[in-house]
Amino acid sequence: MPDHPVSPRPGPTRRRVLAGALGLAGALAVPGCGAASGPARVREWNLFGGGDGARLLQIHQEFVAERKDIAFEAHTLAWGPPFYTKLAMSAAGGRAPEVATLHLSRLRGFSPTTLLDPIPLDRLSAAGISASDFLPQTWERCLIEDKLYAVPLDQHPFVLYYNTDICRRAGLLGPDGRIKTIKGVDALIETMKAVKETTGKFAASVETTNPWRLWWTLYGQLEGRFFDESGTRLALDDAKALEALQLMAKLAADGLVPRSSPYAALVAMFTNGDAGLSFNGEWEVTTYETAKMKFGMAPFPQVYDVPACAGDAHTFVMPHQNGRSAASTQATVEYIAWMLKHSVEWAEGGHIPAYQPVATSAEYLALRPQADYRDAANHVLLDPDAWFSGSGAQLQNEAGAAFSGVFSGQSSPRQALDQFKAAVQKLLDTPSPV
Amino acid sequence: MAVQTSPRTPTGTRRTSTGSPRTPTGQPWTEKWGGLLFVAPFLVLFGFFLLWPTLSGLWNSFFNKSLAGVGGEFLGLANWREVFHDPAVWSSLKNTLVFTAMSTPPLVLTALVMALLANRTGVFGWFLRFAYFAPFVLPATVVTLIWVWIYQPGFGLVNGLLTSAGFAEIDWLNTENRAMLAVVITTVWWTVGFNFLLYLAALQGIPEHLYEAAAIDGAGDRQQLFRITLPLLSRTTGLIVVLQLVASLKIFDQIYLMTVGGPNFSTRPIIQYIYESGFTSYRIGYASAISYLFFVVIVIVSIAQFKLFSGRKEDLR
Repeated sequence: MPDHPVSPRPGPTRRRVLAGALGLAGALAVPGCGAASGPARVREWNLFGGGDGARLLQIHQEFVAERKDIAFEAHTLAWGPPFYTKLAMSAAGGRAPEVATLHLSRLRGFSPTTLLDPIPLDRLSAAGISASDFLPQTWERCLIEDKLYAVPLDQHPFVLYYNTDICRRAGLLGPDGRIKTIKGVDALIETMKAVKETTGKFAASVETTNPWRLWWTLYGQLEGRFFDESGTRLALDDAKALEALQLMAKLAADGLVPRSSPYAALVAMFTNGDAGLSFNGEWEVTTYETAKMKFGMAPFPQVYDVPACAGDAHTFVMPHQNGRSAASTQATVEYIAWMLKHSVEWAEGGHIPAYQPVATSAEYLALRPQADYRDAANHVLLDPDAWFSGSGAQLQNEAGAAFSGVFSGQSSPRQALDQFKAAVQKLLDTPSPV
Repeated sequence: MAVQTSPRTPTGTRRTSTGSPRTPTGQPWTEKWGGLLFVAPFLVLFGFFLLWPTLSGLWNSFFNKSLAGVGGEFLGLANWREVFHDPAVWSSLKNTLVFTAMSTPPLVLTALVMALLANRTGVFGWFLRFAYFAPFVLPATVVTLIWVWIYQPGFGLVNGLLTSAGFAEIDWLNTENRAMLAVVITTVWWTVGFNFLLYLAALQGIPEHLYEAAAIDGAGDRQQLFRITLPLLSRTTGLIVVLQLVASLKIFDQIYLMTVGGPNFSTRPIIQYIYESGFTSYRIGYASAISYLFFVVIVIVSIAQFKLFSGRKEDLR
């Protein structure tokens, strides 16, 4: 029957498959468009693992329960370079999440004008947050070309942890059960010797493989500068830099701190009592609480001329999106404001709230040992303001490489300083990629 | 002869050019281009995910391209000039080559010895095979976590053994001339199982009657090893050396997890420096230029290896 009219068969032909695929793609796109008219979507990217991550999740659950009108989803990515790489690439492509966390010290290095969208101040103040709610020096660092690019959530200074049992036996605790104030180099060394005698091993645990924070703290207490007035030329004060390095070398040479200890060992030595003190950022509170050990915390001792400690702040930023809708911006700003107002829960993880109404609240002041070092917030030294500096950035890597030899005894303070200066000069000579 | 000339297969028919029944135009479309259709999905993926990125990497190396989306001016050879004058490039390249030179011989020899042992043992053979291969299935993160603790001064296993035997502690991971050795030891422990498996398979392929005949002729164990076993394993050895060189040149994860390239960059491999330049410092153009330098090094090593390998094959005949 060749001339019988052939009815179109329902089987898959190439055209049908193609048409079907197109139809399917269209069908998939529809809910995407529909979402814009539904509840405003807020996607958040953060870099908090461990105890911080668990705590953030808990706070987020409360937010989701309270704000049913916002479609909220959070994603935790690996800390440091992997996080910043992914965030930069998503923002460069204009398809970033609505809000993300960022270290304040890395704000300038993140190319804010191309990779971030400014946060509308009027909407922020409508949500109940204004400049007067923050310490001025923190707030100013969030402004670039008079536009707000970041809202600080907390401050996280380099502090002193102490094991209360060991320090009591060493006679270092006052009648209130807190460590007596240590002031000056001699007092620091005397204290550490007493602790070493009690533990039989070390006085303090420090991260010797990357001692940037310790060095930056000591150098800051000597009022050392990093850049000259122009903010672009290296102006390290050799004498002060060497003084700080020599103290670090002496602590290791006298056996008060280990000659070699990566971050994990720093935490382990304090937990198992090999060291009665620990110099570290405040974020390990949860670890030591979980280990059920008795410990207290205090601002890092003022060893030199002025009180100062290395530190940083976590901030919220709005990474660049090609088509940011007014509704999602509004929801994002409301999320940021909500998080700041609930930052006392965040403070339980050790971070000092940046939002002053919370930082001065009775609820926060009752937190022990978290509130015992809150004064440190006034003396936090952020990393130098440059594209290569900040948490996990190249400057800290170079400092770690140069200064770790001072602890291990492989290099003299002079050699370490020369190497560090050469490395910084090389970074300065490199044309800025942001 | 008659068998050879008789056209048995359709291809045979076509290859005899005299009086071919089909002209090229007469060939059905599917026979001429059908093969291409079958490989088309692969070609598309190959072009999209390998060829295009490779070429765009070369293209980027001439630009001031940044991950932050700024800059992007044409620089000519400036990135390339910087590569040749950057001591960090050469020191990290040296570290990669040192690691390759330190890790490849033990990874081949240990695997061979382990395979010979496991192949001979009768009752406990299964246990040896399992024990030798087991570390290979562990992920890099687990392996490095175990070994960082093993190397720890104060409470680590290795230093515990050293001090109980009356030696001084060694700070394995934070001493400049020891850290690379520590990484090599970890790598050998972790990855030797794969080479072991290749050797074991090859050993089991050697016919038993060769050894029987050799034994009848009065050859001892040593003679059997050097005259029968090792020569028959030489192709496998060649394969293992090639695979191992490529794997060792690509070293990154265990070093990044154990030392982050320290102390003082003494273990930083070139892939880590490429990663730092491109992703930590956002300098995609510069990182591309370093990548191409490394690409050239791998090509040189591959060519050298290929020459050595093909030469050895002829010796065998």
